[in-house]
Amino acid sequence: MSILLNRGSKVIVQGMTGSEGSFHTQQMLDFGTKVVAGVSPGKGGSQHLGLPVFDTVAEAVQATGANVAAVFVPPAFAADAIMEAAAAKVDLVVCITELIPVNDMIRARAMLQSLGTRLVGPNCPGLMSPGETAKVGIIPNQNGKPGPVGIVSRSGTLTYEIMQALGRSGYGQSTAVGIGGDPVLGLSFSDVLELFAGDPETELVVMAGEIGGADEERAAELIGRGYPKPVVGFISGRTAPPGKRMGHAGAIISGNTGSARSKVEALEKAGVRVADTIEQIVELVGQRLGGQRGA
Amino acid sequence: MKLLEHQAKSQFRQVGISCPMGRVAHSADEAASAAREFGRVVVKAQVPIGGRGKAGGVKLASGEQEARQAAAQILGMEIRGFTVPAVLCEEALDIAQELYLGVALDRDRRSLVVMLSFAGGMEIEEVAETSPEKIAKLWPDPFRGPLAYEVRQLALDALAAVGGDSRLPKAKLLAQLVPLVQSLYGLCQRLDATLCEINPLVVTPQQLLIAGDGKIEIDQNAEFRHHDLVKDLGDDQEAASSGDDPLEVEAKRRGLTYVHLGGNIGVVGNGAGLVMNTLDLVKQHGGEPANFLDIGGGAKAEVVRNALEMVLLDPAVRGIFVNIFGGITRGDEVANGVIAARDQLGITLPLVVRMTGTREEEGRRILEAAGIVPAVSAPEAAQKIVDMVREGSR
Repeated sequence: MSILLNRGSKVIVQGMTGSEGSFHTQQMLDFGTKVVAGVSPGKGGSQHLGLPVFDTVAEAVQATGANVAAVFVPPAFAADAIMEAAAAKVDLVVCITELIPVNDMIRARAMLQSLGTRLVGPNCPGLMSPGETAKVGIIPNQNGKPGPVGIVSRSGTLTYEIMQALGRSGYGQSTAVGIGGDPVLGLSFSDVLELFAGDPETELVVMAGEIGGADEERAAELIGRGYPKPVVGFISGRTAPPGKRMGHAGAIISGNTGSARSKVEALEKAGVRVADTIEQIVELVGQRLGGQRGA
Repeated sequence: MKLLEHQAKSQFRQVGISCPMGRVAHSADEAASAAREFGRVVVKAQVPIGGRGKAGGVKLASGEQEARQAAAQILGMEIRGFTVPAVLCEEALDIAQELYLGVALDRDRRSLVVMLSFAGGMEIEEVAETSPEKIAKLWPDPFRGPLAYEVRQLALDALAAVGGDSRLPKAKLLAQLVPLVQSLYGLCQRLDATLCEINPLVVTPQQLLIAGDGKIEIDQNAEFRHHDLVKDLGDDQEAASSGDDPLEVEAKRRGLTYVHLGGNIGVVGNGAGLVMNTLDLVKQHGGEPANFLDIGGGAKAEVVRNALEMVLLDPAVRGIFVNIFGGITRGDEVANGVIAARDQLGITLPLVVRMTGTREEEGRRILEAAGIVPAVSAPEAAQKIVDMVREGSR
C-alpha cells in the first residue's frame, strides 16, 4: 500500500518532449512507473520515448485511461497545464515546475478545488511509492526503498537527503511526497498527514518543514488533536535571518510568523519529536520503529 | 518588486481609483512649482519601503517656500538604507476619517484576500496584532472577482466592527466601495501583484474616498509579463537602491538566488531546503556561512561556474562548500561546472564538494579525475570545510 500513487496508476506527462520532460520520463519508466503517454500541444500524433504524444490531455486520457498527470511545462504555461489536466478528470496532478506566477496558481488551485482534483506542488520533486515501483516527478530512483516510513517535505533535495539517510539505515518508504516550496500549494502537510493516517503500510511519518508560512503549525494542530501514528519532525532554515527570502518563494520569516522556532515549538507541543539534524531523524525513526526495517 | 508610491498611484488612476493631484519632483525648485499649483501640499519621499513618516520623509508644506524647504530636507536623505531620489508633492487632503483597504496574498487560504478596516492609517500588521476583529475580510473567487453583494457585505462587516462609526453615510460608503474594491482586485490580478494596498483610504469632508497612499508589490515570478513596468522601475530605482547589499544586487544581475549572510564559508547548493539545511549544518559544526546560494533545479555547468564566481566576489570568503543532491540537477553537469570554475577562476581556497543523487557516479568520476575528492555525507563535508577554513586562517 501507499498513498496517492500505486502500481495501477497510469501517468501522462505534460511537456514530455522537452529536455527535462524527456529525461525524467525515462527515469520514471526505469523506476517502473506506468507512463502511458505524453502531451505536447502541436506534437500530437508523434511518438516520443516509445510513447504516444497527444495534443491535449483530454485526448490522452481518453486513449489511455490515465489517472495521473505530471506537469513539466515552463512556468508561463504551467498553471494552464494543471487546469487542463483537472478538466480532463485525472485524479492527481503533480506539478514539478518552479517559478509559476502566484496569481496563476491561485486560479488553478481554485479550479482544482471545485473539481475535487488533488494537486501535489508546484515547485516540488513529486512523489514516490517504492513498494509499488511508481514515482511521478524527479526524486532520484536510487533513493527509493520500500518500507514503513511516510515522508512529507516542502523541499525536494531535503526529501532526497532524508530518503537516503533512512535507506542507509534500512528504513524504506511507503510513499515520499514533496509538497513544494511555493506559497500557494496543492496538498498541505495536513492533507498528506491525513492520507498517511489511513494507509496501513505507513507506520511512522517524517515531516520536514522549513521557515515561512504557517502550514507546519496547522499540521501541528492536526497532530495535537490526536494522530494515530508517530511523527518525527524536522525544520530547516533555523539559522536563516528574518526578512530574507531563502530561495523558495515561501521561505521567508515575515513579522512574527514563519520562524523555525515557532514551528519547532508548535510541533513539540503536539508531541512530535523534532530532530536537529538529518542523522537525528534516522535515530528518532529507529527509536520509534525499532530494529532494521524495510528493504 | 515594489512600486514606488507615485507609480502605484498612476496604476490606481488608470483603473479609476481617485488619488490626490500630485507631481513628482527631483529638486526643491520642482517641489516649489508643484506647491504653486496645488497650494498646501504633502511632500513625500519616494522610496520602496515603509516607515517614511517616522523617518521624517513626509512633510506638510503650505506654499512654495515651505515646499522648497521640505523637499530640500527630504531629497537625498537616507531612509532605512534607501537614498531618496525624488519626492511626490500632492495636494494636502482634508481628512474626515482614514480607512484601510488592501488586496493581498493569503498563504493560509492560498488565495487573494480583500481586507477592509475602519482602523486606517495604522500599519495593518499592527491592527492585525492588536485588534484583528477590526479587519473585515473577503476571499473572492479568482475567476469572477469580488461581486457587488460580497463587497457590500465586507463593508457592512467592517462597519459593524467599529460599531457603525463611519463619517460616510452607509449608502454612500457602499456605493463607492463596490467599484473601488472591484478595481483594486482587478488591478492586483492584472499586475500579478501579491499586494495592492491603499492605506490610508481617506474619507474627505466632501464624502469622497481618495487613496492617500499606495503600495503595490509585483510577484517576481511574473515579471516576465510586465517588462515595461520592470524597465521603468529599474531606471527609477537604480538610484534608490544604493542601500541594498551590493553583493545581492550583483547576484540579481547574474540571475542567481543569493543572500549575503556575512560569514566566511561560501555555500552553494541546489534546492532551497537543502541550502538552508547546509547553512544550519555549517553553523552546527562551528562555522559561519558567508551566503545562501541556490543554483535551483536542472542547473547546467555554466550556472555552477557563475555561482562559484559570485561566491568569490565576497572578499570575506575563505572556503567554499558545494552541496549537491541531484534530482533534476545532474551530477556530471555540476562536476563540469565546478572544474571549469576552479580552472578559469584559479580557485586556490579550500573547496569541498559533496555530491549525490542523479548521475552521481559520472559526477564523482569527473571530479576525481580533476583531483577534487567528493564527500558523500553532508555533515562530514561540513566538518571538513569548517576545519579547512580554520586551518587556513591560523
